[in-house]
Amino acid sequence: MNQEADNQNIMKSLRKFVDKIKPHFSKGGKLAKLHSTFEAFESFLFVPNRVTTKGAHIRDALDMKRAMSVVVAAAVPALLFGMWNTGYQYNLSIGMEATIWENFVIGFLKVLPIIVVSYVVGLGIEFAVAQIRGHEVNEGFLVSGFLIPLVVPVDVPLWMVAVATAFSVIIGKEVFGGTGMNILNPALTARAFLFFAYPAWMSGDTVWIHGLKSGEGIIDGFSGATPLANAAAGLFENLPSTWEMVLGTIPGSVGETSVIAILIGAVILVATGIGSWKIMFSMTAGGLVMGLLFNAFAVNSFMEIPAWHHLIMGGFAFGAVFMATDPVTAAQTEHGKWIYGFLAGFLAVLIRVINPAYPEGVMLAILLMNVFAPLIDHYVVEANIRKRVRRAKN
Amino acid sequence: MSDREPLFSSKNIKLLTNPLNVDNPITVQVLGICSALAITVKLEPSIVMAISVIVVLSVSNVVISALRKMIPPRIRIIVQLTVIATMVILVDQVLKAFAYDVSKQLSVFVGLIITNCIIMGRLEAFAMSNSPWTAFLDGIGNSIGYGVILIIVGFFRELLGSGEIFGYPVFEKIGIYNIGYENNGFMILPPMALIIIGVIIWVQRSRTKELIEES
Repeated sequence: MNQEADNQNIMKSLRKFVDKIKPHFSKGGKLAKLHSTFEAFESFLFVPNRVTTKGAHIRDALDMKRAMSVVVAAAVPALLFGMWNTGYQYNLSIGMEATIWENFVIGFLKVLPIIVVSYVVGLGIEFAVAQIRGHEVNEGFLVSGFLIPLVVPVDVPLWMVAVATAFSVIIGKEVFGGTGMNILNPALTARAFLFFAYPAWMSGDTVWIHGLKSGEGIIDGFSGATPLANAAAGLFENLPSTWEMVLGTIPGSVGETSVIAILIGAVILVATGIGSWKIMFSMTAGGLVMGLLFNAFAVNSFMEIPAWHHLIMGGFAFGAVFMATDPVTAAQTEHGKWIYGFLAGFLAVLIRVINPAYPEGVMLAILLMNVFAPLIDHYVVEANIRKRVRRAKN
Repeated sequence: MSDREPLFSSKNIKLLTNPLNVDNPITVQVLGICSALAITVKLEPSIVMAISVIVVLSVSNVVISALRKMIPPRIRIIVQLTVIATMVILVDQVLKAFAYDVSKQLSVFVGLIITNCIIMGRLEAFAMSNSPWTAFLDGIGNSIGYGVILIIVGFFRELLGSGEIFGYPVFEKIGIYNIGYENNGFMILPPMALIIIGVIIWVQRSRTKELIEES
């Protein structure tokens, strides 16, 4: 028997097994309470066979679970690079030489627990809420749970990740009605919670590299400051080279440092049509415009750094590609996306440069624009209605 | 009229108990939010604030109710405000004399009791048309309903934000810091008070059937 037939047999017996246990979970069955859990796993294994019953609709073959998988796949390059960079920065800080593979293993062992905690806590709450409310388990958290580890410093204590994840899933999402109803991006909500609740672990010069906070074996004179921190402090001679910032061999949150890895993700998102290129493009433009405005006035040295530097420092690229494009919390209208993205980039650089207490303005800018997205959409729709009314009158 | 009615008739008891639950000024009417955000960082100021509001509201309710037939309708708001302001100044002076530290913590918010919507609301909605005794009960009920929420919020914010209760370092004594626990700095910021009140509303609504809105 060849491989393909083998696989088919496995799938067939799996299908049989699922069909056999299905009655227990349907209405009246012994395990009816766990219906949504069953449903979630069934549709994970097999494309649901429900058909549209009312009206005629054109359906895309891409349903939510598949869309979520694409986003996760797009974030994998940033994650893998982040793992390697974690080990690389660590060995740099203790003055050791290490191979690529050794660096990756150190980072893998540091980052994996964060991913596990984020998924276990988030999905645990999602499943529990689905059982209580008696609706299906939504897949939204598959992406959020993957993005949370990418936007936190590597040494953040795991229980804090758990608390922040629980906060963002319950207060940020479930109270509004679950996936698709949330106003704020869940992954950024978790990060904002950590940022305000435990600032000692989320900002400063020592949190971005593994082991720096405990301070063991650090070579003399080593600084773990991020480019943004250096720029805000006016230490421009400490800024890494442009190439280092693009490649991502700099301190920072796990997945945010490498612009190249993020761009690979951006290509995947745009090619599959899941991430909006309009938002990515207009956010970049907004950041550039604000940077150029600062260059024009340039009353302090932070305002003088080249505008495009803002795009490769800190979380700007990651925010523009993975956070701002979240289809639930971004503007829905096509014109609205331009405004939303532009203002997000504009505000990100504004907060960064003007307020030294918030070096990472991207997070706050995107969350703020999340709140404004429905308003932007409202006016775009209103404008469209007025335009059509005028056209009808003429 | 109240001669025939017993002092604690079931109707009067309702005046006391309703604001604690189904008619709570903060969680149901959503009034007085501003002070609930501002002074609930610690438990002690929350309790002092609650007591101040109880005194101000119950006394001004009684005074306005006693004067209700003499107050010309066109200037009733001014009269109400004068009575509230008098009470607030009295409370403020007492706090300054006997609890100076707390008074400094509460700072401007004692004075701002004057603008607390709960107080004006009760005077206008209840005291202007009811007898002094029922107005007194209504004042006590509503201000306790307000105070209870303040104290709950203050308890959680002080415990989780500073690890203390009444300034006593609970978490430090338990030794929870040694296993890596840290205080939640977000609890000290005003938005968290709003979130805690939101959670209280959530819990209350899911427990009380009368409050569940038709959807």
